[in-house]
Amino acid sequence: MKHFVQDLWRKFTGNKRALFFGYIFLFVALAVLPFLLSNTVGLTWVRILDFALIYAMLALGLNIVVGFAGLLDLGYIAFYAVGAYTWALLASPQFDLHLPFWAILPIGAGMAALFGVLLGAPTLRLRGDYLAIVTLGFGEIIRIFLNNLDHPINVTNGPIGINKIDPISIGGADLTRTHELLGVSFSGAHTYYYVLLTLLFMTVVICVRLEKSRIGRAWLAIREDELAAQAMGINTRNVKLLAFALGAMFGGIAGGLFASLQGFVSPESFGLLESIMVLCMVVLGGMGHVYGVLLGAILLTVLPEILRSTASPIQSTLFGDVYIDPEALRMLLFGLALILVMLIRPTGLWPSPKRRTSVDPDIAKD
Amino acid sequence: MDIFAQQILNGLVLGSVYALVALGYTMVYGILGLINFAHGEVVMIGAMIALAVVSILLSAFPEMHPLLTILLAGVSAILVCMALAFLIERLAYRPLRNAPRLAPLITAIGISILLQNIAMIIWGRKYKTVPQIFPTETFELFGASITSVQIFIITISAVLMTGLLVIVHFTKLGRAMRATSESQRVAGLMGINVNKIISVTFMMGAGLAAVAGILIAGNYSVVHYSMGFMLGLKAFTAAVLGGIGNLGGAVLGGLLLGLIESIGAGYIGDLTGGFLGSHYQDVFAFVVLIVVLVFRPTGIMGERVSERA
Amino acid sequence: MPLLELTGINKNFGGIQALNDVSLTINKGEIYGLIGPNGAGKTTLFNVITGVYLPDNGGIKFGTRSIVGRKPHQVATAGIARTFQNIRLFQNMTVMENVMVGMHAKTSTGSFGAIFNTKSARLEEKMIQIQSMKWLDYVGILKEADNLACNLSYGDQRRLEIARALATRPKLLALDEPAAGMNATETGELKALIQTIRTDGVSVLLIEHDVKLIMNLCDRVAVLDYGQKIAEDVPKLVQTDPKVIQAYIGGELP
Repeated sequence: MKHFVQDLWRKFTGNKRALFFGYIFLFVALAVLPFLLSNTVGLTWVRILDFALIYAMLALGLNIVVGFAGLLDLGYIAFYAVGAYTWALLASPQFDLHLPFWAILPIGAGMAALFGVLLGAPTLRLRGDYLAIVTLGFGEIIRIFLNNLDHPINVTNGPIGINKIDPISIGGADLTRTHELLGVSFSGAHTYYYVLLTLLFMTVVICVRLEKSRIGRAWLAIREDELAAQAMGINTRNVKLLAFALGAMFGGIAGGLFASLQGFVSPESFGLLESIMVLCMVVLGGMGHVYGVLLGAILLTVLPEILRSTASPIQSTLFGDVYIDPEALRMLLFGLALILVMLIRPTGLWPSPKRRTSVDPDIAKD
Repeated sequence: MDIFAQQILNGLVLGSVYALVALGYTMVYGILGLINFAHGEVVMIGAMIALAVVSILLSAFPEMHPLLTILLAGVSAILVCMALAFLIERLAYRPLRNAPRLAPLITAIGISILLQNIAMIIWGRKYKTVPQIFPTETFELFGASITSVQIFIITISAVLMTGLLVIVHFTKLGRAMRATSESQRVAGLMGINVNKIISVTFMMGAGLAAVAGILIAGNYSVVHYSMGFMLGLKAFTAAVLGGIGNLGGAVLGGLLLGLIESIGAGYIGDLTGGFLGSHYQDVFAFVVLIVVLVFRPTGIMGERVSERA
Repeated sequence: MPLLELTGINKNFGGIQALNDVSLTINKGEIYGLIGPNGAGKTTLFNVITGVYLPDNGGIKFGTRSIVGRKPHQVATAGIARTFQNIRLFQNMTVMENVMVGMHAKTSTGSFGAIFNTKSARLEEKMIQIQSMKWLDYVGILKEADNLACNLSYGDQRRLEIARALATRPKLLALDEPAAGMNATETGELKALIQTIRTDGVSVLLIEHDVKLIMNLCDRVAVLDYGQKIAEDVPKLVQTDPKVIQAYIGGELP
């Protein structure tokens, strides 16, 4: 059965015309998906899809650090927080600043990348689990500061968080409102879906290109054997910092988009558990494999939501009462999934296939 | 009342609990090179079990002597935690002993999440108050006040730590443990049942964790399903500070971290001109952790190098 | 003409003198052998040269520049490539990719070029591929290009390590026991390969246990014993040196 599927997949990807129609189909499916959802299961699911796309971007960023360069970062959510708070501070009534999104997005990405380098630099000599613990410490420190920087000078508004954050607006059109275009009405969730999908697509392209490039090979080499990588003339310090910076940058962008979509940020969204959740997306999907991570992110955002909406009704029909709070059940399954995947399928659900031809057939003829 | 003396005293009380938990981290790390992330949750489970037993005993036998109540609660908590640690090692760590090092770390995180949420499902989301079994008395000591509970904490910790050091350094079991931590392979060749020693190490650490859980519940009079995680991280910091893998170091590191936190939180306001307040207490542990790992990864008494990646 | 010059190298490990005042010179175009009993300090010297260890004192001159205190990647960039005693390949990358990593220092595409897939990035990538295939062909494992490194046979893994080192375009290739674990045929092929490498203008530093290989292959040989250089000369004279024979008690040299 497995071989049959593999053969079919190989035949499919080997056939240029089939592949072309496949892409067309995928494009159309992704384009109509939000309308399909909003007309069947409701608008909430379009919003959930939006968050899934943001998480996917976040997970792809972490994948650069953990999957490519092999640096286990348990404080990754800090960069998400930096991005989110940068957006919140520059586009909200907090300081009465309202910069446009095209200015904030690069600023947020830059801030996050800067933090990536700052927090990455002291950890360069550490490896494995020590690195994990130190990054975890950094993550917590950032959260504690966000929680307490409301006095003596009020910067972050403390545990209450920052409210009324500006949404993305293009040409004065607020993207969270409902708009009419060509007779179709797009709600805010719909519009955001297309914006996020476009950005995610760009992220995927960037990640795939990076992986296949000289830089990506240097990351993988460090992951496989740091000493041998140095012996090949790779400046491991710079290459690791680059991984931290680029990974953090995607985290920062995702954070900014999260802030603008939600309209509200508070330190609660950036705890250790969130870091672990993003790590799970990477591990569960397939560390180092861009599409696997994408799958992991979508599964881990959407499945818990399905669980949340079905756990209570199922329990009440089966046992006549709700015994287990769906949130606890979600986390329970989460922990269980982590353990089981490590025990049974440590490479993840969709691991990186053996990269087949790095050899271009045209060159081979020379 | 002398504030400085009071902070030192509070620091020592806090520190002896950290030390008890840190011993569990350091023993496991010494033998397996594994950060047992779930250790903090074992502390929490210990506290929860003890509280449950105390509540049952109090309602069923209100006339029972308080010491007996405590003793029964303690013994049941220790037994449950030992069984739990045995299972964790057996099911989640042992199959991964030869896997890449990230794998057991990730299962450890998984177990931590699992235990927290099981505890939340059983005991609920709210903080639970610990009933007062003994009447608390307060004494004056060097200008600081100390409660009978705090005296109890320091005494019990001291006794347990001494006991552990005696076991590790002067018994046959201890020798086997030390041999295993030097080299599992060679220890196995010398006829030591390595798997058994590893299980015993986990269980001893869990026993100490259970006691630490009870002590901390007694000190703060509340327990919560999430109390273990931060405590675990801090105890791990203590172990690293003292030199991970070194038992004496764990005790020293625990006491030191307790003092740093307590004195730091008391004086940070004055030090930063009121800019940072005592809310930043939790930052100290992380700053210590990062500084130690980055600048002196072997800790104060450590012999091991950190580069066991 | 000297290519690598070591003068008065000392290295202590917690009171144990691993290297004691070692001086030696490797000339351009030479195959230079380094032998000695187990624990004589061969690999330590190797690690000092390649920047893994910092010598306590002493000088290392490569060409005209001093390379003491350089990090391993700087030494590699300067033109000394190495292999490892216990093979250290990038196991989960393909054979081809392993060699492509070797070309890192001599290429320059950064993250910008990679992300925007610029013309120069594409050209460089193509060049890297062509060169890498050339190196695989050079050591004779081109047909394995798409295999994962961990799936190669032992002898081929050794070859891949050499190809990867050559891809850094070194002036000096340092091989740490390349024949360890090889059978006679494989050793013979290795010998031919090393000779080709020298003919193509790369000097070779060779640590080996296989004394026969050293004696047949090297232009000059140095002998280390207890961290000291006790002899350095052409193989014939080293073989008959009484100090060398003394060092190899029980095992006379062939």
